[in-house]
Amino acid sequence: MEPVVELVRAHKRYGPVEALRGVDLAIHRGEVVAMLGPNGAGKTTSINLMLGLRRPTSGQARLFGRDPGDRRARSRCGVMLQESGVPMGLRVRELVELFRAYYPDPMPAARAVALAGLEEQARVPANKLSGGQLRRLYYALAICGDPELLFLDEPTVGLDVESRRAFLDTVKEFAAEGRTIVLTTHYLEEADELAERIIVIDRGKVIADAPPGEIKSRVAGKRVSFDCAGPVDEAALRELPHRHLELRGGHVRMLTNQPEEALREVFRRGLVIRNLEVTGADLEEAFLALTGRRAPAAEEAGREGEVEEVAG
Amino acid sequence: MNAAVAGRRPKPEVAPLGRMVAAQVRATLLFYWRNPAFFVFSLVLPVFFYAFFGLAFGQQRVARNITVSYLIMAQMGAYAVSSILVFNIGIGQANRRATGQDRLLRATPLPSWVALFADVAGGLALSLLSLLVLFVVAVAAGGVRLDLLEWGSLLLRLVLGSLPLLGLGLAIGYGASQNAAPALANLIYLPMSFASGMFIPIQTLPQFVRSIAHYLPTYHYTQLVLGQFNVSDEALWQSALWLVGWGIVLFAIAIRMYRLDQVRKFA
Repeated sequence: MEPVVELVRAHKRYGPVEALRGVDLAIHRGEVVAMLGPNGAGKTTSINLMLGLRRPTSGQARLFGRDPGDRRARSRCGVMLQESGVPMGLRVRELVELFRAYYPDPMPAARAVALAGLEEQARVPANKLSGGQLRRLYYALAICGDPELLFLDEPTVGLDVESRRAFLDTVKEFAAEGRTIVLTTHYLEEADELAERIIVIDRGKVIADAPPGEIKSRVAGKRVSFDCAGPVDEAALRELPHRHLELRGGHVRMLTNQPEEALREVFRRGLVIRNLEVTGADLEEAFLALTGRRAPAAEEAGREGEVEEVAG
Repeated sequence: MNAAVAGRRPKPEVAPLGRMVAAQVRATLLFYWRNPAFFVFSLVLPVFFYAFFGLAFGQQRVARNITVSYLIMAQMGAYAVSSILVFNIGIGQANRRATGQDRLLRATPLPSWVALFADVAGGLALSLLSLLVLFVVAVAAGGVRLDLLEWGSLLLRLVLGSLPLLGLGLAIGYGASQNAAPALANLIYLPMSFASGMFIPIQTLPQFVRSIAHYLPTYHYTQLVLGQFNVSDEALWQSALWLVGWGIVLFAIAIRMYRLDQVRKFA
């Protein structure tokens, strides 16, 4: 079957920056796909190419077998962008009505408003909505054309836990109707929960494309963390079997497939440690193992004074 | 395919254009209706200036049946329309670019010319409203009397002659940032309209300003409009030629700005 959306050897260059370095992917009808990667990895660029919001420097993007700029192709998809505004003073319902007019066969406005959970806000001007409600409005605008294919670019950024929860349920409901959904996220649990296929992008390349379970299983590792009492023997720590090691002051955090080995070595060398914790790696660590870098959420938290390295 | 086999008409692949245009124009008008702050100045100021100059000093006769009040009404009409095109359209477009509304629309199947068309239609609607208010005041308080044909001709001059300034508005709207647009619009438009005799009779301006005035689009626009009352400094064809020339230049700049903006965002 012909893919719904497809990138073929897609390269994208912004001046000196190579945002995409040869991406091949095909998404088929009914798939729910999460594109995962840190900021600047190329997720949004990929989506922009698929949508025709950007043109590939070389390679190809196809949407329903057509050029993504083709209105016939665009009429079959809905889009929720990261940064976009709406005219001030227009009400939720009015905006939904406006966007419905862009599509050949839209769903009833009331249905789009209801699916987005905005019934009570239908008469509220867009600029009076809370952050979470605004996201829901963009969602309503994305689905009001009754799209076969829905793009969600980081749909839950800036939402609190509860709104994110509610939003994910909304999207799941829509996916259950057999729609194709492509979303980007850097929340790993979001990808895990929503998608049946995760495409991991890093530095402009697809580095993994598999179901969430498979991606997790690639790092059956453990996270070991402890504090060093006394001087930190960095050289000794680096000799421990690990995939990833971080030192921050006296705090050590490592990912390893052989936690017992590593700890045995720690004790054999007579290192004095406190607050030892050994836990199973989650998707965030899976990400790390795949990309060799920390997931962006963690990166934000500790940008300074850390030693980072990947081995084995 | 399946639909055809079943004997039904296949679904249209794109939305009907008429529906898109209607919805977009409606949304533009709704925007103005909900945000009167965006246009109240362009509505009130021309009437205010007319009341100030036209009613206070307007009873002086320029020709048979024509008083200064007529001319000031025409000049304030030109001011109303051109300021709407430069300020409302220019600053409005810069705002929409800054808030990412253009990106959102660009991702929909809406052809970009429909959004532009609605924007211009909104500006035209504001212009007509503004002119209506001005004309009503001029008739009621300024003693202006014209027949239907004359009103129509005046309106036509006011609207068609303003088109080069639509180019200026769009050039600012596509070229300037949200912060720069209002400043730029004021910086270009205000001196230009003053220097071209839109507010003050050109004969009272200093010589060097007058020599510049003859090159400005607002000067020829004002002359075109004053031509309605046979008090223009130049023939109709001269005004028209200048305005067409300026129109080409300003729209060329607007198109260039639009292209640059598109490349920056969507290439």
